[in-house]
Amino acid sequence: MKYLDEYRDERIARALVADLHRCVTRPWVLMEICGGQTHTLMRYGIDELVPKEITLVHGPGCPVCVTPLEIIDKAIRIASQPEVIFVSYGDMLRVPGSESDLLRVKAAGGDVRVVYSPMEALKIARANPQRQVVFFGIGFETTAPANAMAVWQARREGLRNFSMLASHVLVPPAIRLLLRSPQNRVQGFIAPGHVCTVMGYREYEELAREFRVPFVVGGFEPIDLLEAISMLVAQLEEGRAEVENQYVRSVSQEGNLPAQAIMREVFEICDRKWRGVGLIPESGLRLRPDFAAYDAEKVFDVAACSAEEPAECISAQVLQGLRKPIDCPAFGRRCTPESPLGAPMVSAEGACAAYYLYRRLALVS
Amino acid sequence: MCLAVPGKILAIEEAEGNRVGRVEFGGITRPVQLDFVPEAVVGDYVVTHVGFAISRVDPEEAERTFHILHEMGLLESEGLSPDHQSEGHDKAA
Repeated sequence: MKYLDEYRDERIARALVADLHRCVTRPWVLMEICGGQTHTLMRYGIDELVPKEITLVHGPGCPVCVTPLEIIDKAIRIASQPEVIFVSYGDMLRVPGSESDLLRVKAAGGDVRVVYSPMEALKIARANPQRQVVFFGIGFETTAPANAMAVWQARREGLRNFSMLASHVLVPPAIRLLLRSPQNRVQGFIAPGHVCTVMGYREYEELAREFRVPFVVGGFEPIDLLEAISMLVAQLEEGRAEVENQYVRSVSQEGNLPAQAIMREVFEICDRKWRGVGLIPESGLRLRPDFAAYDAEKVFDVAACSAEEPAECISAQVLQGLRKPIDCPAFGRRCTPESPLGAPMVSAEGACAAYYLYRRLALVS
Repeated sequence: MCLAVPGKILAIEEAEGNRVGRVEFGGITRPVQLDFVPEAVVGDYVVTHVGFAISRVDPEEAERTFHILHEMGLLESEGLSPDHQSEGHDKAA
């Protein structure tokens, strides 16, 4: 079978695939939320290994992709100010705002720096007391505790030249929105393994009860995903709607309590606009008023603006699992990772970029 | 973005209430905050995301995961590919 000989645990992979073929009796639509999982599914051809009855659609789980255009535009305006050192995770630099991107700000002489950890942004702030250091705090629940810790630490040290442009998003409210949509066709979810490492999976138990939909918390390796798909299909075929944990080596029901505690101390829940999706109630995190001195939106007077997405880009439907990247007329032609129209083509974890990387030769003539 | 990479804690320093580990990822060492895994000790393997350990894992799992991430080319974006050395980070002897 194509792809299978690339698996490190080929025997287990074959057994899981065979098991799936035995178990499935009718069509099911499954969604993975996390962009890292999308990448694995495409890289290892899992969508082509599973029985044809199973359709895998890709969810909105790439924080780079869903950061709203307005926030990108604010980041660009802040980063363009001469007294500012703008610090970001690398993925954000090429995300198109309405007119420019951070990489172009850097090329035009802006001091834009890439870090792997928010603690490096603190280090830059300590080393440059005469400059304003602004950290672009994006991410899901996996990343929020680390970003929270940077702000908490800055306050403890009394750093006056550090602030965060925060645009965090939460997974469960996005799933709730998808499940409430009359257009929804997703019947089972692979819950994101590292989000659940931090948060545990009680919130998903509520969703499973409320919507009678099964969840399996899944890891990121090909075998993890095959196993998670197999567990989901077993639940669906047996008419169960529970939360099961495939990624036990990292995830517990309670999650990481110290990480949750710092997140709650620094951030509060707010409504948040998701790029391509729109406003989702109570789906974001913002800095609490106690930390206003570290909130870049308050420190810098950047007016709110609203911006339009390119009309041709169908990323809204892709992010909701309604259409696949290859359904887009611009895919691989006017939209490529080098010259992206929409965010899912920018980030390595975006669904469009994953299809471009692994499937374009087969798909685009 | 939610990528997390397993590594081994070589040493732990405590300064001003912060626990920072020196963690090795396939030959490259990085400082990693251990605030969220207060139970972790030297020799443990931790799953690390944006400079913070978020869980402990057993050594064989860690080894396997690291190889798969390498194979998938996902370590590059974290500056942790054993094939490339990023600026400002020391390589383990």
